[in-house]
Amino acid sequence: MKAVCWCAKDTLRVETVADPSILNPRDAILRVTSASICGSDLHLVGGYVPTVQSGDILGHEFMGEIVEVGPAVTNLRPGDRVVVPSFIGCGQCYYCRQQLWSLCDNSNANAWLSEAAMGYAIGGVYGYTHALGGYAGAFAEYVRIPFADVNPLTVPGDGLPDEQLLFISDAFPTGYMGADFCAITPGDVIAVWGAGAVGLFAMKSAKLLGAERVIAIDRLPERLRLAREHFGADEVINYEQQRDVVEALKEMTAGRGPDACIDAVGMEADSPGLDDVYDRALQAVRVQRERVHVVREAIMACRKGGTVVLLGVYIGLPDKLPLGPAMNKGLTLKMAQQHGQRYARRLLEHVQRGDIDPSLVVTHRVSLEDVPHAYTLFKHKDDGCIRVVIRP
Amino acid sequence: MPSPLRAPTGSIGLLTAAQPGPTASGVGRATVPRWVPTVGGAVLVLAGLRRRSGAGAALATAGGALAYVGLTGRVAAPGWVQSRLPARGERGLVVERAVTVLRPPEELYGVWRTLENLPRFMPHLQAVTASGDGRSHWVAAGPAGSTVEWDARIVAEQPNELLRWESLPGARVPHRGEVRFSPAPGERGTEVRVRLEYDRPAGLLGATVAQLVGRGADRQVREGLRRFKRIMETGEIPTNDGQPRGRCR
Ligand SMILES: NC(=O)c1ccc[n+]([C@@H]2O[C@H](COP(=O)([O-])OP(=O)(O)OC[C@H]3O[C@@H](n4cnc5c(N)ncnc54)[C@H](O)[C@@H]3O)[C@@H](O)[C@H]2O)c1
Ligand SMILES: [Zn+2]
Ligand SMILES: [Zn+2]
Repeated sequence: MKAVCWCAKDTLRVETVADPSILNPRDAILRVTSASICGSDLHLVGGYVPTVQSGDILGHEFMGEIVEVGPAVTNLRPGDRVVVPSFIGCGQCYYCRQQLWSLCDNSNANAWLSEAAMGYAIGGVYGYTHALGGYAGAFAEYVRIPFADVNPLTVPGDGLPDEQLLFISDAFPTGYMGADFCAITPGDVIAVWGAGAVGLFAMKSAKLLGAERVIAIDRLPERLRLAREHFGADEVINYEQQRDVVEALKEMTAGRGPDACIDAVGMEADSPGLDDVYDRALQAVRVQRERVHVVREAIMACRKGGTVVLLGVYIGLPDKLPLGPAMNKGLTLKMAQQHGQRYARRLLEHVQRGDIDPSLVVTHRVSLEDVPHAYTLFKHKDDGCIRVVIRP
Repeated sequence: MPSPLRAPTGSIGLLTAAQPGPTASGVGRATVPRWVPTVGGAVLVLAGLRRRSGAGAALATAGGALAYVGLTGRVAAPGWVQSRLPARGERGLVVERAVTVLRPPEELYGVWRTLENLPRFMPHLQAVTASGDGRSHWVAAGPAGSTVEWDARIVAEQPNELLRWESLPGARVPHRGEVRFSPAPGERGTEVRVRLEYDRPAGLLGATVAQLVGRGADRQVREGLRRFKRIMETGEIPTNDGQPRGRCR
């Protein structure tokens, strides 16, 4: 089959590889009908995340049709249409039972590696480094689904098109989890950094969960427009025009500060300020991998006793985090890789009821052959690119 | 094509040469700035991964350990130097490892008591055959493709709680083993604690050698317990051996 492989930093190639096969009793094989390039893939392809290897098949946001099931999978049949959460759970460990699926004890095939870096291993994920399981990803015609009896969300075969359902795999539950972490109560103002798919879904989810006001922060006009028109943002801040985002948020909330701040940007955040020079200098000498400008802003902007949520991905040990302000202001910090299985059914219902149209984030549609080009487009946000849908 | 990555398991004595690791057996402070080992660790992890070999995996592990040093400032990586030299009253090198499994003790005990099951999760064991009288014959992978065999007998058993065995005279590495099952607090399943005590191999005296052998054993027990947990909780061991990958040529 054809698959998109990571060959080196910033180098993706479409290769012919073997078809996947059932390796364990609870596996299934999926024919991928749609997949998407996620902001997390940018970090990976851009060389920020260790333990990716030349030849790895990427892709973790996807859906498709079941073509084969292992002997222990009795609830799925060939022909079933499913959306698959990016993180793999086993459904039977303490963490899966607690609905903390991305923390699964059992799904990471290279647990020892993750353990060495973090103390404890987190769950496996498709196409996203060997430390996180080394599973082949879904930018391919077919992909193997481990623990297929508990992970995929079966969706009706007709009615909603793929583009409405695809993001229930990754970006939508991530955003929803972020809003959920805010424990929103009446009157809450939620500020969201980043108006990519994750940020947009966080904004809309905050509204679905009862937020009074949502403020979106980004620099790209097309994304800010989408935020305001379709994803529930009441106000926007263009950080290129408004240099002091923290001050702007304080003013917009009449001196209180947002009740919760969501980082939907992650380790490649940019900033016009001095700390960016510092971060980039450290990055250049490989001292640290990530740029944490948004975390700093979110902690400084958040009201006393408020909640700061990290959805953007970080992997290492960044410097100069304002822990003092966070501690003294009594903030709650919440963060996680997404627990998609926990929200999938609820999100499907929202889509079916028409509460949200996730397909609005789709700007480009490509075949597998065009993924390397689409990656570049997405990386540079050229041509208004927000989400690329791949149809293998 | 098998995945280039495997858990760093192997037989006692096989891994030792390729296992660079902390020299101190306890926990100490790193004297270099934290980021130095971290970055070095990440590089080592990557270098190890590229080699796609047993030595590569070992290198990757060492890298992980270094990254850990960077993260925490401690010289001992988790799971590395749990083995220790005998304390007073103990005869040999001791390996102690524990895991929590979300299944009831009677189920876990039952599987363990059927010694034939052990090779399913203890990676270095090839076969265990039990004869009715509490005696058993064990076959493990030895250095360079050889096998090591010995006989053992069960010396204590308390159903659902404890099993203790020891090797019979003639074993190349005389040892005693014990596994305990006790309820974990608050619906968290069962705590499974394994303790192995190896006599020092004759002719290979000296703390260093014992320590190295211990590390191999320690890793086997740790990965073995991980597999045991995974089989008991999920019915299978996750793998990516045999999945497709590109060649990038
Ligand atoms: N936690 C999870 O499970 C999970 C799942 C999916 C994605 N993610 C992470 O979420 C983040 C966003 O993903 P995405 O797909 O939306 O990516 P994306 O690249 O489409 O969006 C990132 C957005 O952040 C904006 N941005 C950059 N610097 C900023 C700053 N200083 N202030 C405000 N906005 C800024 C960019 O302009 C861009 O619009 C990534 O870090 C990704 O890895 C996490
Ligand atoms: Zn993602
Ligand atoms: Zn699990």
